[in-house]
Amino acid sequence: MLINKRLILAHFWLAFAVFGLALVLGAWQMFERSPLNAWHFDPEFYYRSVTAHGSAMGYVFPTLVAMGFGYAITEASLERPLIGVRWAWAGFLLVAVGAVVAMAPVSLGLASVLYTFYPPMVGNPFYYIGVVMVVVGSWVWVALMSINFVAWKRDNPDRPVPLAMFANVAGSYLWGWTAVGAALEILFQILPVALGLRSTIDAGLARVFFSWTLHAIVYFWLIPTYIAYYTIFPRAIGGRLFSDAMARISFILFVVVAMPIGVHHLFADPQVGAGFKFMHSVFTGLVTLPTLLTVFTIAASAEIASRLRGGRGAFGWVTALPWSNPIMLATALSLVMLGFGGAGGIINMSYQLDSTIHNTQWITGHFHLIFGGAIVIMYFAIAYDLWPHLTGRALDNFGLMRTQLWLWFIGMIVTTFPWHYVGILGMPRRMAFYDYADPAISPQAFAVSMSVVGALILLTSGILFLLILIRGQMAPLYEAGAYRFSVAVHVPTRIPVALNSFGLWLALMVGLTVVNYGYPIAQLMVLKDTNVPAVYVGATQ
Amino acid sequence: MSEQKLFSLRNPWFAASVGVTAAIAILSALLGLIWLPLAQPDLKLAGIWDAICSAAGVPRAAREGPSLQPDFKTSSVVVTSEMLRRSDPVSIGRGATLAQRCAICHGPQGVSDANSPNLAGQYAAVIYKELNDFKSGARVNAVMSPFAANMTNQEMLDLAAYYAYLPRVPSNRADPNVPAPPVVTTGSPMRNIPPCGACHGDFDTKAGSPWLGGQSTVYIKAQLEAFASGTRHNDISQQMRNIARQMTPQEVEAAARYYEAQP
Repeated sequence: MLINKRLILAHFWLAFAVFGLALVLGAWQMFERSPLNAWHFDPEFYYRSVTAHGSAMGYVFPTLVAMGFGYAITEASLERPLIGVRWAWAGFLLVAVGAVVAMAPVSLGLASVLYTFYPPMVGNPFYYIGVVMVVVGSWVWVALMSINFVAWKRDNPDRPVPLAMFANVAGSYLWGWTAVGAALEILFQILPVALGLRSTIDAGLARVFFSWTLHAIVYFWLIPTYIAYYTIFPRAIGGRLFSDAMARISFILFVVVAMPIGVHHLFADPQVGAGFKFMHSVFTGLVTLPTLLTVFTIAASAEIASRLRGGRGAFGWVTALPWSNPIMLATALSLVMLGFGGAGGIINMSYQLDSTIHNTQWITGHFHLIFGGAIVIMYFAIAYDLWPHLTGRALDNFGLMRTQLWLWFIGMIVTTFPWHYVGILGMPRRMAFYDYADPAISPQAFAVSMSVVGALILLTSGILFLLILIRGQMAPLYEAGAYRFSVAVHVPTRIPVALNSFGLWLALMVGLTVVNYGYPIAQLMVLKDTNVPAVYVGATQ
Repeated sequence: MSEQKLFSLRNPWFAASVGVTAAIAILSALLGLIWLPLAQPDLKLAGIWDAICSAAGVPRAAREGPSLQPDFKTSSVVVTSEMLRRSDPVSIGRGATLAQRCAICHGPQGVSDANSPNLAGQYAAVIYKELNDFKSGARVNAVMSPFAANMTNQEMLDLAAYYAYLPRVPSNRADPNVPAPPVVTTGSPMRNIPPCGACHGDFDTKAGSPWLGGQSTVYIKAQLEAFASGTRHNDISQQMRNIARQMTPQEVEAAARYYEAQP
């Protein structure tokens, strides 16, 4: 039962429009710093473009997808209209206006600080204000998800909250808490300097605050993908979800351990003690658990569907899966990319192994494979699955969809595998120019050129995706029926209160934050003389 | 579902989740804060408390003893956002009066063909910093040092404001056809030379770096050579010395010629 379809569609369309623009920038960046490009322009444009690409892809695009999908889940799974529709529109407007406010100084070259801010670099205040507006807009969504969740539970005390809604609220709580780190950094460290009230900044503390956000933000991006695995995929391939409880435990584990682990991004930073780096490394290792649980549950659900279709044998059932179904294809490709990306991630989180690839192109390759690959391909699947219900028009060119998904998968592999490889060779990230004529790095030229080919394939796939959605918007009207989520093999009728509420898990999340971040933050706040002069980017004299 | 109490030790979910989380946290803390630091002989820790402090990142007092001091004065100027503010007309007016004694070398309008730097339109922060460095002895020049020796802080601010206010005049040697040499556009990453244009204009201007367009080849070359040899050392954190030491004579020549030809 989708009622506020315009609200949901507005979120998805803005998200995909932003995605399309940022994708063009990304492809240009790949080309620009490759040996295929004769160097002839301003390196500043590269950093400007990277800032715009990162801010759009990191803050705006996935946030809007999570918000739009969240509203859709609320109405479809709770089977009643969303509470707070006006607030939802207000949140949407905040995100949209914030995106423009942030992008204006970036495109003028006044805030080429990259989307992770990198203090002591400080850019134009409007960039940070725009980002804060995006975050505040998303917090409206967090509040609405919580309100709808609580209201439904109050009206239905004897029914378990539907899995999709439970997972959706888990994602919103995770985001609500993890965005606090970046908000603290911007409000108390960067903005006072950007506004000219202070001229020095505690770059170390600011970076610790950002690490609070920086890792769990990826899990916030990941949650819609996991919701699609659990609640769309089994239904779309004509099967059932293997275990409802396993799904809930996975999302709960994300809420508890996804956030207090961000210091593994600071392994090379001097301001955090080695002991805390080790503790964060251990907890980062724990995040593999919900992913392994998910891979197992989704594979089991696929097997159920296959056996229902007549699949046989220990592995023969794989061939009986409905491979022509775009959701089947997207999920399989997503899991392959998640496997490679996850393996790379385990290397990144190991204190010792990380030292080989820290701040190299390996890292950029890694997060593109996980986010751009495993996560975004499921955003495509979510859009394909929801579109007929949102537009009331058929989306039936499955061949085109499969082509688009395959292109995205191939493009992402061709882009990111060489990217990882040059990282191992030691190619640093965040640089506009590489002198490939130098014998020390000329062996990397071929791999970097391959990445450019991958980027062009990705761009083609992205354009195809938008064309499919636009065509869907113009197709003849048709009745798609009610939107449904997967049904579990054992439909839960009574479940433990712990699997139906968040009180305990939020308490553990905050408690672990205090244990893992309390001392490093407190120490840096107490220490005097940790401030350094800010480096103003794009300052006019 | 609601009859079961969530926060109760009798709820197995509560007991197990809190217990396992606490156990992992305590175990990882024991390993990371005590066992691992003690296992490293190089750390030379005095005991368990010392290990915990070391691994938690508690800063230690620096070892007592004489620290190395350079045998020359270093710049004490800090570039702040204050320096980037527009100055008031009164300050500019005072600067114009003070500047009369500078005109003999730097020209009555802040431009001269005498191979001394052109100051018209130079950033205020730059002029203020150089005057300060001449005064403190961080930068030494037989002609400039005596001029700066008796200047007050306000006089330096006024002079900086005045010269920043003067319009930039295209130099006699401006030539738009001189191509930008590689050291200006790309630097040389493998030798740790960033592009000149990334800070000194053309591509981008970084707060605190001088605008070089129109300065004479002789002056730019002399400064780069002075940075390379270490006779000029008022660049903060050796920013320019590190660059100039890596530049070849050809690159110095090319960069100087290029900037002289710029408007």
